Amino acid sequence: MSEHAYDIGTEVVPSDIEVDFRALDDLIVDRYGEDPENLIMILQAIQREYNFLPKSVLNYVSTKMNVPLSQIYGIATFYGMFSLDPKGRNLIAVCLGTACHVRGAERIKKRLEEQLDIKVGKTTEDMRYTLETVRCIGCCSLGPVVNINQKTYARTDPEKMVKALELYE
Amino acid sequence: MKIRTKDDLQQIRAKLYDHLYNPPVLKINVGMASCGIAAGARDTYQRALELYKDKDVLVAGTGCLGFCEQEPLVEILAPDKPRLVYRHVTEEKIEEIVEAYQKGEYLEKFVYGQVTSPYSILDEDIDDSAPELISTNGLPNFEETPFYNKQFKIALRNCGYIDPDNIEEYVVRGGYFALFDCLNNKDSDEIIEIIKASGLRGRGGGGFPTGRKWETCRKAHGEPRYVICNADEGDPGAYMDRSILEGDPHNVIEGMVIGAYAIGSNEGFIYVRNEYPLAVVRLVEAIKQAEAYGLLGDDIMGTGFNFSIKISTGAGAFVCGESTALMRSLEGKVGRPRAKYIHTVEVGYRNRPSTLNNVESWANVPAILTKGADWYTGFGTEKSKGTKVFSLVGKVKNTGLVEVPMGITLREIIFDIGGGILRKKKFKAVQTGGPSGGCVPEELLDLPVDFERLTEAGSMMGSGGMIVMDQDTCMVDVARYFLEFLEEESCGQCVPCREGIKHLLRMLKAICGGEGQDGDIETLERISDTVNNLSLCALGGTASNPVLSTLRYFRDEYETHIHDKKCPAGVCKGLFYYEINEENCNGCHVCFRKCPQEAITGEKKEPHWIDQEKCTQCTICYEACKFDAIDIK
Repeated sequence: MSEHAYDIGTEVVPSDIEVDFRALDDLIVDRYGEDPENLIMILQAIQREYNFLPKSVLNYVSTKMNVPLSQIYGIATFYGMFSLDPKGRNLIAVCLGTACHVRGAERIKKRLEEQLDIKVGKTTEDMRYTLETVRCIGCCSLGPVVNINQKTYARTDPEKMVKALELYE
Repeated sequence: MKIRTKDDLQQIRAKLYDHLYNPPVLKINVGMASCGIAAGARDTYQRALELYKDKDVLVAGTGCLGFCEQEPLVEILAPDKPRLVYRHVTEEKIEEIVEAYQKGEYLEKFVYGQVTSPYSILDEDIDDSAPELISTNGLPNFEETPFYNKQFKIALRNCGYIDPDNIEEYVVRGGYFALFDCLNNKDSDEIIEIIKASGLRGRGGGGFPTGRKWETCRKAHGEPRYVICNADEGDPGAYMDRSILEGDPHNVIEGMVIGAYAIGSNEGFIYVRNEYPLAVVRLVEAIKQAEAYGLLGDDIMGTGFNFSIKISTGAGAFVCGESTALMRSLEGKVGRPRAKYIHTVEVGYRNRPSTLNNVESWANVPAILTKGADWYTGFGTEKSKGTKVFSLVGKVKNTGLVEVPMGITLREIIFDIGGGILRKKKFKAVQTGGPSGGCVPEELLDLPVDFERLTEAGSMMGSGGMIVMDQDTCMVDVARYFLEFLEEESCGQCVPCREGIKHLLRMLKAICGGEGQDGDIETLERISDTVNNLSLCALGGTASNPVLSTLRYFRDEYETHIHDKKCPAGVCKGLFYYEINEENCNGCHVCFRKCPQEAITGEKKEPHWIDQEKCTQCTICYEACKFDAIDIK
């Protein structure tokens, strides 16, 4: 779960994020009926839209739905898919399921960390890549597998993945 | 159209029967589950569409036939021709294969087998008039290949045979007939009795009798009741639920409607993992179609029974596969488990009685109600009835999903169906039950697989992942791997799990790093005991199983790591080195070219050697060597 120290007091939205509050309002009201039970799905929709959970958006959700920000923060840090930091344009997810692990996924992870000069969970400075790991995407027969954005690379190896990186701007 | 009578179902069946089994033109079925797509099936499908869409050829996407190793799998059938499954059909090959097929040449090298019995096991209960298929000499029968001949498919019966986005094809396979029968001819007690008599037990891991669960929920106080499908398949190495949802979503929906009717529920949920986007897409479409046909929603099949299903997607938390955590997550909260003094069948989602069953359990329900409890109890062992789907993966030749009767031995699964270990290596262990399970060693390979036997062996059935490990797998590293997983996924609310796992992991990392000390093994056992006995939920209560089971069967590996500072499998960095065996090395130069550190020297046709100063034990040379000339020391 995220180790991000969330500064509750100050605004941390990067200046290049433009939030469409009208669309956000429609999402909360029309699609999810302002129902707190749908909170996780609302956050998922926000994560999909912005690639992370901008603070101004969470503040809005909190006020609009009358749910304390602390509760939203709890959800955002408990579930693995949420991020409070902006992610890169391309999301690399190395599968570390058991089947991939015994077939050498760890080496792919290390090679990509070296190549991108970041640790798992981090984003390159130019925002081009975010490197993550995932515990099983259910393609165990074709392991080791790596997902970049929506594409799955099956039966892959460290060098193939380093080459594949170039395809993503 | 709304389906109201059995005639409506029969009509759909009659209308599409030929489309499925005896199409008037050539038909190409491309296996398009996630595994197939990862292997390139979408490109194959697109290419086939480009080539043939104007040429009186049907191109369809189906689910997964289970033999993922051979993906992309493509099935081709045509009038007066055999029905053939081709393997590794990439976009480059599809044209050649189809052109040849049309001429009556079947390109043996690409053929996996000829299908002789594509029919559903439910067909005979509805109308037993399946036509004989054309067969050809010289090609193996699909059903008799080693991978398939010991399998019997109940939960996976439609996967790979129908287009999952077409509800009518599911009806052709005998779908929704059981629902019709239940709603019109059976009351809730009768259905629960049948499920109880079938001996069906929860396929998600716990193995709790499904019929008893339904009965308790039915009798529990409080309205409304809820029906939930657990599709939060988090065990790494298990993917049968994904395959069922992607290949046969209506099977799960039908099971849930029957369950809801039996329990007296009008609202259901499917909680799907976030990592399975395709399953969600297929489910959304399936639910939409079921509603359009009057099989979900208000007044189902004109009987006045109402039931709707909502999909909820998980957000990446393993612990949410646990029933109480899952229900909290459904409520939009943080998914931490609670103590189960009162079970969720009595106080569950929204504090109301809730029945939670796994995808595979639901997928068994329509077949049991069509064919009867006696038929189902004909498979399996005394206490574990029916079949179970396993995902056979890891260092085994034939990887894929296999559905076999309970009671089959591990040896049959791994060596007969799985074809043995990759690259002629030696079998070491098979890991079952995910992070809560354990590793079963070679001497127990003749163990009949059922809930009880696996638990006695210190492992568990779990959701059915079966990860085969060979001589190159270090068992201490495997334990470390699972504990690392569990440390990340522990929800952190109770101390034994949160702190215990952390300390176990710290010690395992030290042992793998060559810093193990005398007494570590005993300390590991002591902490494991505390974690298992004092944790709140099942995740913590089984968290040290990976440590305990590897200690039970592979204690010597721990001792070698601790006392000799050696990793015999050649996994733990710094505890081994590679050396070239001069007798086996023929100087093929492959390792020389592959070594990224330039640590290998030697002339062509002469034995090479490794500069230990430069070697980082990256394993590239070890895996590249075709002559078994690199030894682990």
